[in-house]
Amino acid sequence: MTVETIQDLVIDRRRVGRLALFLEFWRYFRENHGAVAGLLVFAITCFLAIFADAIAPYGPTEQFRDALLEPPVWQEGGSTRFLLGTDAVGRDLLSRLLHGARYSLFIGCIVVSLALVVGILVGLFAGFIGGTIDTLIMRLMDIILAFPSLLLALALVAILGPSLTNAMIAIALIQQPHYVRLTRGSVLSEKTKDYVTAARVAGVGPIRLMFRTILPNCMAPLIVQAALSFSDAILGAAALGFLGMGAQPPTPEWGTMLAEAREFILRAWWVVTFPGLAILITVLAINLMGDGLRDALDPRLKRS
Amino acid sequence: MLRFLFTRLALLIPTFIGITISAFAFIRLLPGDPILVMAGERTVSPERHAILMKQFGFDRPLWQQYLEYFGNAVSGDLGRSLVTKRPVFDEFLTLFPATLELSLCAMLFAVILGIPAGSFAAVKRGTPWDQMVMGSALVGFSMPIFWWGLLVIIFFSGILHWTPVSGRISLIYFFPSVTGFMLIDSLLSGQKGAFASALSHLILPTVVLGTIPLAVIARQTRSAMLEVLSEDYVRTARAKGLPYSRVIGIHALRNAMIPVITTIGLQVGTLVAGAILTETIFSWPGIGKWMVDSIFRRDYPSVQGGLLLIAVMVMLVNLIVDVLYGVINPRIRHAR
Repeated sequence: MTVETIQDLVIDRRRVGRLALFLEFWRYFRENHGAVAGLLVFAITCFLAIFADAIAPYGPTEQFRDALLEPPVWQEGGSTRFLLGTDAVGRDLLSRLLHGARYSLFIGCIVVSLALVVGILVGLFAGFIGGTIDTLIMRLMDIILAFPSLLLALALVAILGPSLTNAMIAIALIQQPHYVRLTRGSVLSEKTKDYVTAARVAGVGPIRLMFRTILPNCMAPLIVQAALSFSDAILGAAALGFLGMGAQPPTPEWGTMLAEAREFILRAWWVVTFPGLAILITVLAINLMGDGLRDALDPRLKRS
Repeated sequence: MLRFLFTRLALLIPTFIGITISAFAFIRLLPGDPILVMAGERTVSPERHAILMKQFGFDRPLWQQYLEYFGNAVSGDLGRSLVTKRPVFDEFLTLFPATLELSLCAMLFAVILGIPAGSFAAVKRGTPWDQMVMGSALVGFSMPIFWWGLLVIIFFSGILHWTPVSGRISLIYFFPSVTGFMLIDSLLSGQKGAFASALSHLILPTVVLGTIPLAVIARQTRSAMLEVLSEDYVRTARAKGLPYSRVIGIHALRNAMIPVITTIGLQVGTLVAGAILTETIFSWPGIGKWMVDSIFRRDYPSVQGGLLLIAVMVMLVNLIVDVLYGVINPRIRHAR
């Protein structure tokens, strides 16, 4: 056997290993029909959000003064012009909802990336260094967690000023302690294992040890947490928007749309029902996916 | 047990100091001159500005300001509301019973429905019943409750006219507040129809606020039950020939309750967050609505005081849960 073929073999094994890992994950994930349904709905939402400009019949802030509070198409007085009806200033509800999907997914992505990156860095640092710094960091996280999340987000937005950006910063800040705790916990339990000692003995530097040796083995609970906090972020931003502290009108963010619709609840059910339904469906899909991810990725958290 | 209690109490001290620092920092973090920020649209003359600076102590070094704030806070002086001019602590105490009443009812609703639902799902594991209960729980868990609140108003108040839209009791009733709980006060007043009115105002907010805790408790009960049901002592109990209902109700449920109680305790933060939204939707005069109103009115001393009081409250409830957990489960208190 030549040297070349041995190398080929090694490379080949690795590729199959990755693929096999993914297939194993997919086998578990596929068993959970709810999770697959959630994934499908989430994919559709992403598609609608990305191509909102092409799919939506009108612009999100385009007003039709001749059609104020027009009901959906299937109700008396509705027309095919506005499938889901119009709001109080004559904007097409369907177009606004489609554009709103962009905001919700954008909020979820930004908040989770911010919280995840900062949380992992701080958690790795705390768990790896230990000692006083670790204690200080963890006490700080306890303090953040002592405040009910929405209240702290409200107070932060009161300081920063109401806007979508500030709402996202506030939500990322209140979510980040969860990542710090998870990362630190995993690091502490991984740190003493033989493979880490072996790597250390082999002369691996602290940075590589943190990011290449330990971190990949802490990822499973973090991925699950990311899925769950994605939906939390959407809900939180919508709640802030609803309270007038998030995205400001006329932004077609779903929570903000609900806030604008509040005064019409007894006159026009559709302006209240559809934005909330959009939030519920999106959040539900992500939570279903999250449950599936947890079962497939993290046997320790597995619910039988 | 005492040692366990003291350890837990000692752990709270840094957290408490941290909370006071956060609340203290709140007003100082507002961008711009704190007096002008609090004045909002009102204009402040330079003389008045100087007086106010002195009154709030903004002219002294930060650490002095903090020490004074800390001393005052510990003795219950949290400053005065800019809007009502009343002490913030008094405002909080006046409004707190409304929130407590609503939260207790919501929790009761969640526990009474959640534990049987979760146990039922566990016993019927894998059947359509299980899937139905767990599906509903996941929907409840994903529910944007501010929307849920609006929906129940549309349906029960708007279409069916069963319940009122907002407030705690119909305005035609008036009686002195004895306990602060509308349900008890209305009964004590002896006025005809007062209790029914209070109850009808309470139902929808209770259901809305209780929805997420209900879902969480049902899910937690199910997984705790499943774990317990596979234990040897459950098999033994069944092998002894005990009736199935007794095995589930006494042997299994009791042991499954340990994690569930922790979950119930941990819902306090969720309840406060939910109360902010629920109270805003139903115009319920509690601390959640007060906080939102104070933020909008730029009544920063109230926001600051409210933040501190709520955080301390959540911290204390978590301590109680922790201690209770130690009482129920001896393994925890001997862990250290």
